[in-house]
Amino acid sequence: MTGSSEEKATRPIRVLVGKPGLDGHDRGAKVVARALRDAGMEVIYTGLHQTPEEIVEAALQEDVDVVGLSILSGAHNTLVPRVIELLRTQGMDDVQVMVGGIIPEEDAQALRQLGVVAVFGPGTETEEIVRFTRSCARGA
Amino acid sequence: MSLGSDILRGDRRALARALTIVENQLPEAEEIVREIAGHTGRAIVVGITGAPGVGKSTLVDRLAGHFLALGRQVGILAVDPSSPFSGGALLGDRVRMEGRGSGVFMRSLAARGHLGGLARATPRAIQLLEAAGKDLILLETVGAGQSEVDVMGYADTTLVVVVPGLGDDVQAFKAGILEIGDVFVVNKADRPGADQTARELRQMLSLGPHKPWQPPVLSAQAQSGAGIAEIGQAILDHKASSERDPEVGTRHVREAERFLRQALADRLVEAAVRRAKAAGRWLPLVEDVARRRKDPVWAAKELAGGEER
Ligand SMILES: Nc1nc2c(ncn2[C@@H]2O[C@H](COP(=O)(O)OP(=O)(O)OP(=O)(O)O)[C@@H](O)[C@H]2O)c(=O)[nH]1
Ligand SMILES: [Mg+2]
Repeated sequence: MTGSSEEKATRPIRVLVGKPGLDGHDRGAKVVARALRDAGMEVIYTGLHQTPEEIVEAALQEDVDVVGLSILSGAHNTLVPRVIELLRTQGMDDVQVMVGGIIPEEDAQALRQLGVVAVFGPGTETEEIVRFTRSCARGA
Repeated sequence: MSLGSDILRGDRRALARALTIVENQLPEAEEIVREIAGHTGRAIVVGITGAPGVGKSTLVDRLAGHFLALGRQVGILAVDPSSPFSGGALLGDRVRMEGRGSGVFMRSLAARGHLGGLARATPRAIQLLEAAGKDLILLETVGAGQSEVDVMGYADTTLVVVVPGLGDDVQAFKAGILEIGDVFVVNKADRPGADQTARELRQMLSLGPHKPWQPPVLSAQAQSGAGIAEIGQAILDHKASSERDPEVGTRHVREAERFLRQALADRLVEAAVRRAKAAGRWLPLVEDVARRRKDPVWAAKELAGGEER
């Protein structure tokens, strides 16, 4: 059947979960990816060691609503602003950016100021991440 | 500017948006499809199928690199299963891609309950990539190991990927992969038993009916890139062979027929439901079926009325 408002409402949220930078720990990213899938979302997982350029190009091609970045290397202050800058250059301002990892509060504040919609610390419940992802993807 | 003309100009964002639209069967889809209609059907579509973990995505990435180097415009569609419980999906095929940047356009598709190893939107997605100028499209199916026959209908050339190990092979051969492959790849040839697997495959293929194209069995190590050039050549050879042989080169006819059937079915169903609703018959009938007072097939016959005869 052709499209209807019903189908629009059930259109799955698409999320890219990426790991920019050099750290080699993707357990957390995978747990989050799985939780989002189990909440009915389509999750594109890009794997380790992605450059900001690669992440933004993948987000563009996959037409995602949300980009989730997992960063444990401590390089968030360079990686995240670069991702946001590249999204802007591509005209993808409507894509929401979330960050997970070990981020000191003052850094987190600076990232929020740049436009990051949420910063999740290591102990965050996956339910909270799911709830937040859903609300920011739909509210966009 | 319309989305269709943006795609034709090579705007990647427009292409990505349009893929979302056809995937979700949004109303705008029809308009886009109409706009790009004269610019499709030109790519070589290569289906890549095989059991989970045999190395399909790695192979797709290496083939993409190979064809890029030959000056081709490469597009990739990778289908992964949707969870039957949540409807969500984990689309992980990008993990094997070696950062080819914007030189290759790749889209991950969730099967969304569609059987046969592909997503329902696959043929539309192929057309959109073609309109965007892609002339070689690599199509990775769900790695279910069986019932991926769908890929035959969408691809010019179907690659069946297996790995060494007798147990798996016998199972795979049973699942009917011999019939769907135009090119067979024994991947992970760095592992023991690759030669034997290739030999057995060749033997089983030789028992089949004699066809104008005899599917080659090629060994490869996708990870290191060994054997990729030979596979690339086999794809082009198969294409050339099917152009010479009218029996083989009918992807577009099969596709046209399927499109027409689908479009017709959508329209007839919609019209019948609208009529039944207007006559106040729809809800009572649904109720009857739900309460098992009526068989759905019987109820459908009742509604189809005129068209049935
Ligand atoms: N030893 C060996 N491993 C390989 C080779 N090619 C791929 N692999 C590995 O096999 C694993 C699975 O590869 P993928 O390319 O993801 O396989 P796939 O068939 O796409 O998997 P699904 O999409 O999950 O069905 C990865 O760890 C690859 O690195 C090879 O030639 N030799
Ligand atoms: Mg794969």
